[in-house]
Amino acid sequence: MGGGHRHPLHWPGNSPGHRLPPQVKIVAALLLVICVVATPRQVFWAFGGYLLVLLVLWRVAGVPVRWFAKRALIELPFVVLAVLMPFVGVGPRVEVLGVPVSVEGALAGWAILAKGTLGVLTSLTLAATTSPTELLVGLRRLHAPAVLTTIATLMLRYAEVIVAEERRMRLARLARGHNPRFLWQVGATARGLGTLFVRAYERGERVHLAMLSRGWTGALPDADDRRTSPRSWCAGLSPVAVTALVWGVALWTS
Amino acid sequence: MTTPMAMHMSDGLLDPATSALFGLVAAAGLTLAVLRARRDLDDRTAPMAGLVAAFVFAAQMLNFPVLPGVSGHLLGGALAALLVGPAVGALCLTIVLVIQALMFADGGLTALGANVTNMALIGTVAGYLVALGLRRFAVRGRAGLAVMAFLAALVNTVAAASGFVVEYGIGGQGGVSLVGVATAILGVHILIGVGEGVITALTVTAVAAVRPDLVHVLRGADRPLQLRPSPVARPEESGA
Repeated sequence: MGGGHRHPLHWPGNSPGHRLPPQVKIVAALLLVICVVATPRQVFWAFGGYLLVLLVLWRVAGVPVRWFAKRALIELPFVVLAVLMPFVGVGPRVEVLGVPVSVEGALAGWAILAKGTLGVLTSLTLAATTSPTELLVGLRRLHAPAVLTTIATLMLRYAEVIVAEERRMRLARLARGHNPRFLWQVGATARGLGTLFVRAYERGERVHLAMLSRGWTGALPDADDRRTSPRSWCAGLSPVAVTALVWGVALWTS
Repeated sequence: MTTPMAMHMSDGLLDPATSALFGLVAAAGLTLAVLRARRDLDDRTAPMAGLVAAFVFAAQMLNFPVLPGVSGHLLGGALAALLVGPAVGALCLTIVLVIQALMFADGGLTALGANVTNMALIGTVAGYLVALGLRRFAVRGRAGLAVMAFLAALVNTVAAASGFVVEYGIGGQGGVSLVGVATAILGVHILIGVGEGVITALTVTAVAAVRPDLVHVLRGADRPLQLRPSPVARPEESGA
């Protein structure tokens, strides 16, 4: 994808974090999140340790902390849920500033908040250092079923086209007096969506014909399938090693 | 545009064992969907499913108000199932969810299996079953089709939400009564489902009006071509 098509969650760069093979980063992110989720929730310091690991990773990748903080707002609905839990929770209650608070609910709320936030930050780290195309290459090298990665490749290639088409149709509707804030105007939006589907489907038929005429046999040609060097695996999994260490100590002390 | 909101389950809501269990459920369901999608689309699978997935992705950007201050976005499960069938629909929804988790941080990586199970598998299949049950009325005319699409989308949303309640019951963080969770989640999702239903009904009828051959549930129900005299052509004929 050329300029102007930059993905909103990708921070282009050339840091060691950006240069790692994508499959290493996907595996590392997944293992990191598994460690976070498997940590007993009452070991509070461990979550601080995980955050520290992420902070070091951001430093290495050269992405400002502010950038992550702003994009982590996506998690807000779950923060609301977590904040509500101590008040609606069950079990024994303690008084905090004169308000009875459920101990069990507070712990559950904390777990959702801490683990959810660390999960979002990990995903954001992956998305910031890896472009969408690289992510798909990574999935393919991890032996994800070819049909899935092929569909995902085509979806990603055309998502922007379809989204841009929707935007043009919405602008055209607005220019003709459409006001989508009124519920009874939902009809125009939905009919636009119907048109969008027909156009997307017909585009799919044309894309298929174009692919056939260029020798499409039902599978993408094999991408560069070099073996990942042990060195990049070591480099990529080093943050996971630290995380796993923190996790082990957390399990042992809890 | 406002800040995009996570609508999919985040990490830490479910314990690791439950996450792994539903990861396996999702993988099994997905295998089935791939096999059936190949039968539906043969070598067209990749481009067609890719474009439909791109459409679902674009449709999910559509927000609509649920309550003051709360907005839901289209899940598109029922819409995809009605238009392209349950197998291709589930496949497209799964890919959208994977892309959202990997590239948009929407939905936790460990919760991906549960999210796929709820929205791509349970929701799509439930919606499609409702549609099959009501197909008799849908082929008769526009109103029947609209009602069918509305109910399919409503059931799709509520079924996906029930999937979450079951998962939370098996291995959630606990702390709150399950009945409370069920009431809150299902309540909100019935409201989202009504919005989803209205949009799905209008969208499906709009597609059926232009390209009825593209609506998967209506396949095999083509009405014979009718020849009707055009009211515009008549005065010219008499004048000539």
